[in-house]
Parts: sequence; C-alpha cells; structure tokens
Amino acid sequence: MTTSTVAGSRAKTPAGPRTGQRPQRTDRSAYWMLAPFVALYVLFVIGPTIYAFILSLFNGSLVRGGLGSFAGLSNYANALQSQDFWSSVWHTLLFTILTTPPLVVLAFFFALLADRATRGRWFFRLAFFAPYVLPSAVLSLIWIWIYTPDSGLASDFLGRIGVTAPGWLGDPNWAMISVAIATVWWTLGFNFVLYLAGLQDIPRELYEAAAIDGAGPIQQIRRITIPLLNRTTTLVAILQVIASLKIFDQIYLMTQGGPNYSTRPALEYIYDESFTNMRIGYGAAVSMLFFILILIASFVWLAIVRQQGRTA
Amino acid sequence: MAQVDHISSGTDADRTGLSRRRFLQASLLGAGGLSLAGCGTLEAGLAGTPVAPGTVTFWDLFGGGDGARMQQMLQGFTKQYPRLELQHITLSWGNPYYTKLALATIGDQPPDVGVSHASRLPTLHGADLLQELPAQALSKHGLTPDKFNPKALRACTFNGKLFGLPLDTHPFVLFYNTDLCKKAGLLDAQGNLAAMDSPEAFTDALVRGKEASGQWGAVASINNDTATCWRLFQSFYSQLGGQMLQQEGTQVVMDDAKALQVLTFLKDLSGTRKLMPQDVDYAGGIALFANGRSAFYLQGEWEITTFQLAKTPFSMTLFPNVFGGEGGYAVQADFHTLVVPAAGNDDARTDRALTLIRSLLDQSLTWAEGGHVPSWQPVAESSKYRELKPQSNYAAASDAAVIDPPGWYSGSGSNFEVIIGSAVGSVLAGQAEPEAAVRAMRSGLEQYADTPSPV
Repeated sequence: MTTSTVAGSRAKTPAGPRTGQRPQRTDRSAYWMLAPFVALYVLFVIGPTIYAFILSLFNGSLVRGGLGSFAGLSNYANALQSQDFWSSVWHTLLFTILTTPPLVVLAFFFALLADRATRGRWFFRLAFFAPYVLPSAVLSLIWIWIYTPDSGLASDFLGRIGVTAPGWLGDPNWAMISVAIATVWWTLGFNFVLYLAGLQDIPRELYEAAAIDGAGPIQQIRRITIPLLNRTTTLVAILQVIASLKIFDQIYLMTQGGPNYSTRPALEYIYDESFTNMRIGYGAAVSMLFFILILIASFVWLAIVRQQGRTA
Repeated sequence: MAQVDHISSGTDADRTGLSRRRFLQASLLGAGGLSLAGCGTLEAGLAGTPVAPGTVTFWDLFGGGDGARMQQMLQGFTKQYPRLELQHITLSWGNPYYTKLALATIGDQPPDVGVSHASRLPTLHGADLLQELPAQALSKHGLTPDKFNPKALRACTFNGKLFGLPLDTHPFVLFYNTDLCKKAGLLDAQGNLAAMDSPEAFTDALVRGKEASGQWGAVASINNDTATCWRLFQSFYSQLGGQMLQQEGTQVVMDDAKALQVLTFLKDLSGTRKLMPQDVDYAGGIALFANGRSAFYLQGEWEITTFQLAKTPFSMTLFPNVFGGEGGYAVQADFHTLVVPAAGNDDARTDRALTLIRSLLDQSLTWAEGGHVPSWQPVAESSKYRELKPQSNYAAASDAAVIDPPGWYSGSGSNFEVIIGSAVGSVLAGQAEPEAAVRAMRSGLEQYADTPSPV
C-alpha cells in the first residue's frame, strides 16, 4: 500500500473519446455490475435501519410477535434519562480516548524505528503485525491470563520489581485501562504498517538536503517526516476512531461490561437491553440515539479535516 | 534513481515458487472442502434443514467440575442408547446461556433438551419458550411426580402443568479445612464442625481459623463474581426473614435495615477485621482454600471435585445459621431443571428428549458425587447417597432453599443478581460503604421494577 505524498504523481487520463460523449453501453453495464451489491446493501443495511427506526417507536418485545404497543418517543425519552445509557456512551468515548492517541503515536514511533532498521525489517513487520491477525476471542483469552491477579504475567512481573499490581480487570478504576492496553497491543500493527509504507515514500534527498542545512534528527522528524505523513495520520486516526466507537468484543469477553458495569460500552448496553432483557423496541431507540451521536462526531471530524485540507 | 529504493516489495511474491494466485486458488478449494466435511447443527442451521433424525441436541451451562460430570453422564447415555446421536453444547453460565437459549427458541432452532435454573423458569414460561410435559409421555418414561423432591417439582409447575423436571438442588455451603479447624479447636469429638449459630460464633470461628491458617479465616470470591456475592448476601438476608421483590418483580420490598445489618457484618469481617480477602477472583479463591491458606471457603457445593482432586483435607456442611435463630434457617440455593424448549408439538422429539432426561436422572448418583443434592428420589433416598460423604452432610439444605424471587429481570445469573452482587462485592472489596451499597441496590432494582415487562 503506497500513499504518494510527494509532488506530481497524478497520472494523466488516457487519451480516449472526448468528454461528454460516453458510449451508452458502458453506463448500463456499470449499473448491472453494481446491482448485486446495491441489492444486498438495501436488504441488509438500509432496510433493517428503517425497520429499527420503526421498532424504536413501539414497545417491542423479543418474545412476542409483532411490534407491541405504540410508544411514540417514550423509548427515546427513557434512554436519554437513563443513567445506564449515558454511562455506556461515556465508556465508549473513554475507550476511544484511551486507545486512539497511543495507537497513532506509538505506531508512528515504532514505524520510525523499523524504517531505520536496515537488516531484518521483515522480522519487525511480522512481529508488530502478527497480533493483528488474532481473533478478538483469542486476544481476550490471552490477556485474561496475563491479567490474572497474583499469578498472571502482569501482576507477577510487577511483584518482582516491587510494585503492587492493581486489580487489572477487577478494579473499576483499572478495568478500562487494562482493556485499552490489550487493544493497543492488538491493533498497533495495522497502523504501524500504514506508517511504514508512508515513511518509505519520503525521498531521501529531503533528509540529505535538511542535514546539509544543519537540521538535527529531531528537527528532521518534526519538519519533514510528520508533515509529509499528514494524510497517513489522518487516515489512521479516522480508522481508529471509527473502530473504537464500535467497541464490543474485547470488553464483553474480558470484563462482561463489569466490574459493576464500569466498562460497559454503548453497543453492549444495546445488546443487553435488546436481547438479554428482550426489550427490542427500547434497544432500537438506544441504537438510533447512538447512531445520531456518531453522526454528529463524524460531521465535526469532517469539518476539521476539510479545514485542514484547506490550510494545508 | 533514488526513488527505486523505496518501492515497496510488492513483487516479492512473483519471485518465489508459489504465486499469489495459486495460493488463493488452493485456499479457496481447501475452505470449500472443509465446509462440506461434517454434518450437524451448524450446517443444518445455515441451510435451514432439519438435523439428522434420531439426534438429540442438548445445551447446558455446566463448566468446570460440573461440566466434567455431565460429560460422564452423557457418555453413560450414549452407551445406553447407541442408536440415538447426541449433540451437546456447553455455553457460558448466566446471561449468555439464557440469551442464546431464548433466541434459539424464538428462531425455531432450539435444542431438544436444555438446562434451566428454577429461578429462570417463570420468565421462560411467561415468554412461552417452554413446552409443556404431558402426563402420558412422562408416565411412559416412568417420570411420575412421586419420584421427585416435592419442593423442586413445585418450582417447575405452573397452573398445574409441568414445564420442567428438577435435576438437583445446589445450595450455598460451607467448606472447611479439617486440618486447620482441628488445629483451631473448632471440631467436636466426632470430627464434625461445631455449630456457628450467631454472628459472634461465626466471627470467632473465623478469627481462630485465620490464626491456624496464617493468612485468612474464610474466603468468598469477589472480583467479576457477582453471583457469589449475591448468594452470600441472600443467605444471611433470608435468615433475617428479608425479601427482595414481589408482584413478579414490579415491587421492591427490600428491607433496608436488614440489608444494612448484613452488609455491616460483611464489612466487619473483610475490611475491619481482615478475616476475608478483599481482592480475590473465583480462581484465586479456589487456590487459597486448596493450598490451605484459608480455613473456610464460602461457595456453592459444586467445587467439591476441585478440592478432592487437589487432595485438600476438607469437609463440607450446611451454611451456618448465623442470623436465623430457632426455626429461621434459610440458605440461598437454586434447582437445576431439565426443560424441553418449545418447537411445535413433535411427539417424536418429546420422546427423545424424555429419554435423555430419564437417563440423566438415573445417573443422579454421579451428579451427586459432584456435590449436588439430587431431586430424583430413588437416588436421594438410597443408602448409596446417604453414605456419600461429605455430600450428604448438607442434604437438608434442599428444604431450607431460598431461590431468587420471580421477575422478568430476575433468576440465576440475571441482572437482578448483578445489581445486588455488585453492591455487595463493592462492600466486601472495601470500595463502598454499606449505606451507599444499600442505596445503589434500591435504585438499581427500582429502575427495573418501573420498566414494563417485555414478557
């Protein structure tokens, strides 16, 4: 994967028929090619979203047929007044805040180091990327073992150097941090690979020219590397934020939303309410609210990025 | 040109013997082959076809020692009925199991036989997820009412109709290390534990136990284990005569004073006198008792196999009657029942299901060896069970059993238990004061009580 960030590699459009005179056949076959995807998209994404919105206006129960009694906007009102709902949204945001900066900064840092390694670079690429291919269940099992009180690797190691280990998954103050650490270890590799590819696109002449002008290594990184990796950083950050807002797997498997619901993210709250408590109408309303919150966050983000694009 | 050095090594693949295209083709073929191999519920579920006839599907939530025992009993079943194919799945205990059971039944793909705690039966029955067990089919398999523990059977009966068959009672009990208790002078002449019928006696026993063990008097797991915290609390609270919910869970009748009394007592034992650890999870609690670092262990009877394998010198007895006084003994327990989830009225399926159920009940002695009190009277009243020590020590708990109050959010492993258990756990761990915990319990329960029931 290469991101070309340096001047002028836009390919010229090949000489062909004059614009405005596209042959009809190309148009129709394109639509036919797209049709299966559009059909599946409508069937499995658009349709259910509309259905979920309709469901949210009723007191639907999972075990009773039909939509249930009409509830109007009372499901939304209950959700907005519910302490559990806001806590779960906060937990999702907290997870995003705890994981996104490390995953951007650390990935960049390790990519810088790996880029300088002339020998065995394949080994570092493998070592950093390998955790990324693990399924979330395997990741959770590994880290549950590491976080076992007293006898787990983490507590044992800290004990040997004389530090009392916190209750990794049992202490409400530490549970989210522990899950965040596991997640950073897990997904670092992906961002690392993106950064490494971006770094390899920066021509060496820029560094040589800067060195001749008397720039030290830190200055080179600040003035050359980071600005030229802006697009990669934006990509990495956006992907991270989106992935973090969807968090469910690791938290469900490692802490089941505990201890005392202190790590339950929004998606698990929706799952608990809709499927375990069988209140599918209320769950649909909560998911609609969460969707709106993500939409607002996305618009804010888009505005920032557009602003960046204009001033860049 | 310097640019050439930085082109990524995307062409590496072409240089090696195995091209990317060949590799992709091979793995596609491999994946296709794998998916054709093996038949069973996954393929049937994906294709929407019925599972091969003569198959009995059984879902349970038994892990650990219970799981091993159930495997043993299921092997006995397959030996007894070689023509019936058994498909057995174990799911995570608690909400995950019940959620999946409910969803599978709603989606018309339920197992033939499932396990259910008696405290979850009202919700499952109210949601029309269980099939009624007709008297004729029951008597054909010899599953008549007189063969079951009456209290357990009553818990499976709704409007005079039977919706499950009880397998056992599993109460909260007291494990004690016989060596340490002897050292502490807590055993009587016959080697049995002296009664601890008051808060002072119980505390004193723990103090002496802590001296003998050198580390802890008693241990009850706290971290990520709201169930144990709930059971400990409920045992003491019921001895005081307290109740939690009424009217199918729509009314919270918790007695704040009694709850406070129990929580203050627990805080005294753990935080103030340091007789019980404040940071211990389920596995850690087992390890502490198995290694003789605690004189007592407060848990359900199902851990008996773990300690037998660890060769810990231990015995078990009824959970102490600390607050009950004369005639007020109560202890938290539940009944495991075997149910047939609703899936149309297929007589052949019901017949296969009852065959499996009868076979499991006949092997109740194996199940009892795992610590449970059998509900199947032919085994419970037999001399073989009475000779089973220490399992038969606490058989009387099935008459003093207090199961969770009925409610759509209540039952074994439910949100009800999580709310109370979390609050109790926070007191035991020293993270919250008893008054704050009582407030948290009340507000958590009232939120659910005010929510209209989806069932």
